[in-house]
Amino acid sequence: MRKFFNDELEKLNVDLTKMAHLVEVSLENTIDAFKHQNKQLAKDIIANDRLINDMERAIESRSFNLMLRQQPIAGDLRAVTSALKIVTDLERIGDQASDIAEIILGFDGEQVYRTVEHIPSMAKKAKLMVHESIEAFISQDLQRAKIAKKMDDEIDQLFQEVKQEVMEIIKENHERVDFSIDFLMIAKYLERIGDHASNICEWLEFNQTGKVNNHRLM
Amino acid sequence: MLNKIETKELNLYYGEKHALKDVSLNIAEKSITAFIGPSGCGKSTFLKVLNRMQDYVDGVKIDGQVLLDDEDIFGQGVDTTLLRKKVGMVFQQPNPFPMSIYDNVAYGPRIHGIKNKKQLDEIVEKSLKAAALYEEVSDRLHTSALGLSGGQQQRLCIARCLAVEPEVILLDEPTSALDPISTLKIEELLMELKDKYTIAIVTHNMQQASRIADYTAFFLVGEMVEYGKTDKIFTFPEDKRTEDYITGRFG
Ligand SMILES: Nc1ncnc2c1ncn2[C@@H]1O[C@H](COP(=O)(O)OP(=O)(O)OP(=O)(O)O)[C@@H](O)[C@H]1O
Ligand SMILES: [Mg+2]
Repeated sequence: MRKFFNDELEKLNVDLTKMAHLVEVSLENTIDAFKHQNKQLAKDIIANDRLINDMERAIESRSFNLMLRQQPIAGDLRAVTSALKIVTDLERIGDQASDIAEIILGFDGEQVYRTVEHIPSMAKKAKLMVHESIEAFISQDLQRAKIAKKMDDEIDQLFQEVKQEVMEIIKENHERVDFSIDFLMIAKYLERIGDHASNICEWLEFNQTGKVNNHRLM
Repeated sequence: MLNKIETKELNLYYGEKHALKDVSLNIAEKSITAFIGPSGCGKSTFLKVLNRMQDYVDGVKIDGQVLLDDEDIFGQGVDTTLLRKKVGMVFQQPNPFPMSIYDNVAYGPRIHGIKNKKQLDEIVEKSLKAAALYEEVSDRLHTSALGLSGGQQQRLCIARCLAVEPEVILLDEPTSALDPISTLKIEELLMELKDKYTIAIVTHNMQQASRIADYTAFFLVGEMVEYGKTDKIFTFPEDKRTEDYITGRFG
């Protein structure tokens, strides 16, 4: 029963999975472009962000249509509404990757990836967290999502370290202020990416339990 | 929240057919309780027990208890006329009597001994107003009720039910034969009436139950599978069978 609706839900999931992978690739490329100061790759990331935005619109439209025509309730309603929430977070992660790519485009060759020691670990952690959140969501693995969500604290901690480091650099060398601000912004974007990945984990929790952080929404 | 009606391990048999199985359910006072479930699961049967409509059906055996205001409606010395005055019923098909609009509404009060014309006029007007029908029919109260539209007829039946000042109103799929506007009118009406009356409604329309009911009970082959706040039932039912049914994945 409800074959049509089940098929539609399945399509929604397929689209979400595709979009999630685009976002993940975009973030990986961003870190790569940063590491190797690869401006062509940075340009590609910015161009590809359009695809991610288009997918967001397509998924939204599909969800609105399902709500209108199928009036899902209970678990079905959670499936559709959590898809609607998650696309927003995925899209934001895509945006932030592309914002980092913009900064990379402005680099003049002096910015060595490891100048601010904690940025590489932050990037690595953010990438892992996004990957784990997405995989948890796709496989509907609540346990995996819980573990992924915890990484956010580590990312926040690393961001504090980066801030400290950047301040030291500025204190020691006033000529590097521009450059330091760029690094600080990159770190801030990575920190925000962690927040969005954490939201994805929360919407998975909502999908399965009707709750977010033990607070009942539905 | 007080319970207007409580059933305790209620069983009903139509001959060999076990139609209600150990149904223990509370109906909260001054609120709307919806009964949902697939065809033949016993919703109408349950509703009818509440004002002893099966008294007239041969071969029916009932055990268990039905308490109305803590008193057993099957107890000795219960006056069924009085019971049905307290517990009114509205059916799926509007069933106005073949008489004038006025006489339809005055019918019950007359049976209960009210003869005074002025008093009857008042009751008729008040009941029609309460059923959100008065304005549409005030200029033709003495024409046949059969000339009303289906939606108007159903509101007339509700007015007829209200005229005897019931405490509980039972409605068995009252809007299934009505268009969306008439349906919404009846729904709004029920939402207003629940301030004064206890309402129980059988509906096959999930959206209707979720729009108007405070509590919802899900029945399946004679059993009451799950009962709870409507929000809970339609967002996170406890029983998988409830979820399967309301999301249309049943069977
Ligand atoms: N008078 C009767 N004699 C014998 N069996 C009956 C009688 N009335 C109902 N039944 C049986 O009892 C069961 C419950 O019937 P009931 O009318 O209560 O179902 P329902 O849930 O109201 O279904 P629907 O949604 O189709 O109105 C059904 O199997 C029905 O066939
Ligand atoms: Mg019925």
